[in-house]
Amino acid sequence: MTHTVLVTGVSRHIGARLATALAADPGIDRVIGVDTVPPPSPARDGGAPLGRTEFVRVDLRSPDIAQVIAAADVDTVVHMSLVSGPAQSRSAMKEHNVIGTMQLLAACQRSATVRRVVVRSTTAVYGSSPHAPAVFTEDTEPVDVSHSGYAKDAHEIEGYARGFARRRPDVATSTLRFANFMGAGIDSPLTRYFSQPVLTTVFGFDPRLQFVHEDDAVEVLRRMAVEDHPGVFNVAGDGVLLLSQCARRAGRPAVPVPSPAFRVLGGLARNAGLVDFSPEQIVLLLHGRAVDTTRLSAELGWKPKYSTAAAFDDFLRSRGIGGDLQVAMVDWLSGLATRW
Amino acid sequence: MPASGADGARVIPISAARGAPPPGPSDERLAELFAFLRRRVSGEYEVDEFGFDPELNDKVLLELIRPLYHHWFRVETLGLENVPADSGALVVANHSGTLPVDALMMQVALHDEAKRPVRLLGAHLVYQLPVLGHLARKTGHTLATPEDADRLLRKGELVGVFPEGFKGVGKPFSERYKLQRFGRGGFVASAIRAGVPIVPCAIVGAEEIYPKVGDFQTLARLLGVPYLPITPFFPWLGLLGLIPLPSKWLIEFGEPIRTDEFDPDEADDPMLVFNLTDQVRETIQQRLNALRLRRGHAFPPLF
Repeated sequence: MTHTVLVTGVSRHIGARLATALAADPGIDRVIGVDTVPPPSPARDGGAPLGRTEFVRVDLRSPDIAQVIAAADVDTVVHMSLVSGPAQSRSAMKEHNVIGTMQLLAACQRSATVRRVVVRSTTAVYGSSPHAPAVFTEDTEPVDVSHSGYAKDAHEIEGYARGFARRRPDVATSTLRFANFMGAGIDSPLTRYFSQPVLTTVFGFDPRLQFVHEDDAVEVLRRMAVEDHPGVFNVAGDGVLLLSQCARRAGRPAVPVPSPAFRVLGGLARNAGLVDFSPEQIVLLLHGRAVDTTRLSAELGWKPKYSTAAAFDDFLRSRGIGGDLQVAMVDWLSGLATRW
Repeated sequence: MPASGADGARVIPISAARGAPPPGPSDERLAELFAFLRRRVSGEYEVDEFGFDPELNDKVLLELIRPLYHHWFRVETLGLENVPADSGALVVANHSGTLPVDALMMQVALHDEAKRPVRLLGAHLVYQLPVLGHLARKTGHTLATPEDADRLLRKGELVGVFPEGFKGVGKPFSERYKLQRFGRGGFVASAIRAGVPIVPCAIVGAEEIYPKVGDFQTLARLLGVPYLPITPFFPWLGLLGLIPLPSKWLIEFGEPIRTDEFDPDEADDPMLVFNLTDQVRETIQQRLNALRLRRGHAFPPLF
């Protein structure tokens, strides 16, 4: 039934991998990838090969997207174009995320061919708060709604997706709330954070973190693009890792600093362009977040291949991170003690 | 966990080494200690979705408070057979003592004597504070919200709750062993939704550890805490005043009150919830009175 799939945000890693996976599916006639910038070339910049994906450079904020959808008789739209890092300015990011989604959904609403819409969102919509339940299900109302940044954008995007689903009940609309991506190809504020030689943490806080491996993320998106699964779904690897556990697995020393200093340092690092530490990331590293994924596994009859811990270990392996110094020290001590 | 070495060594079971004397139990213990350190240092241990770290809890955190349990308060437990061995249940207890030491002692009692880790539902204040909030998660506790309570009970965990909250733990010494209002009965609704029994628990002894005779109300409000106690020793003796008095403790687990005969939807029936809440409260009050008589003086060697 699926003939033409449109993927937005195809110049970014997960979008490109999804386009590749869809292009490899013989049941799909055409895969159209759109983005504001051209995809990185596989040869020069190490971008993923897009296969037979047709690339169209469109600024989502403009109504041009409607013409692309109309011209190609698109029946499935996967909206991946959600920017989390403040690449340029906050206002540009918001324009891109919120106005881009509005334009895209407006075009889908007008279209007579679109039958399925998949919107990428994030578990950041639940916020991070000491007053919230420990594990969020899709029905949990966030306690502290973020008033700024990426989480707020995602919250608004979900609002537009809900509105669209209400106005077009004949279209299967799926909203996917992804935990933080982990994997060899992922470049996010969090992967950059874990690549630092020393991890700054907040004194007295050890947040629970949850990751989803990029392979699993692509698989969920692919399934959503070829089958109807309307609704809102959390997507995350099983289990959680504490930040302290992540630091130990990475073999990186953690330096706890008091939370006001952490905020100042985060701001400085951000200004210096070292790490993109937005306020949402800072609260994540204070209070953490875990979500329930029963609804997704029941709907798809599928479990992520990578648990949170396995996804993180795979990321560490791919980057060559993993100091064995501490473990070697314990082994040396134990050798010493048993010889005694 | 650099501080864990000495504590970790003490609790490692040596029963496995009994059959073979030549290697000696100390070698065995040393090997286990290093295996433990290796796991901790490399991060290769499991933490559940609430942040519960069973190994750290058993080998380090509980180990720190066990001496208090055995030697300082000489806690005696009764009615352990009323705690289900492996299914979900909600333990409801009285709260007292100015600082929530009773929660820690109940945790040791259930962990060591009933062999079940208890998942306590704590106040918002705990989870806002640095260190305390995350230690509470590592020892298996979580915030008192219906979502978390339901989730833990559905997973078959033993959940513990102190429905009096700050009204109970912060009441003046003159009101000792008088149960305060039991919240809004949210815990009963959770038990009904999950169809698990409610185990009433009476704790005698915590009331005497910090006899609260007064309260710095203005200062407490400034600091954002519910109360700032005055005891015969605090703040007059400074930090020394924080040493709890060595009262004799008894912890009794009463006969479970079943909730599985109700329909889960009846959790929304306020009258049923009120009645059941009252029943649990009455039971605990009766057991408290009986246990107090049974214990006699709070400080036996002195009287």
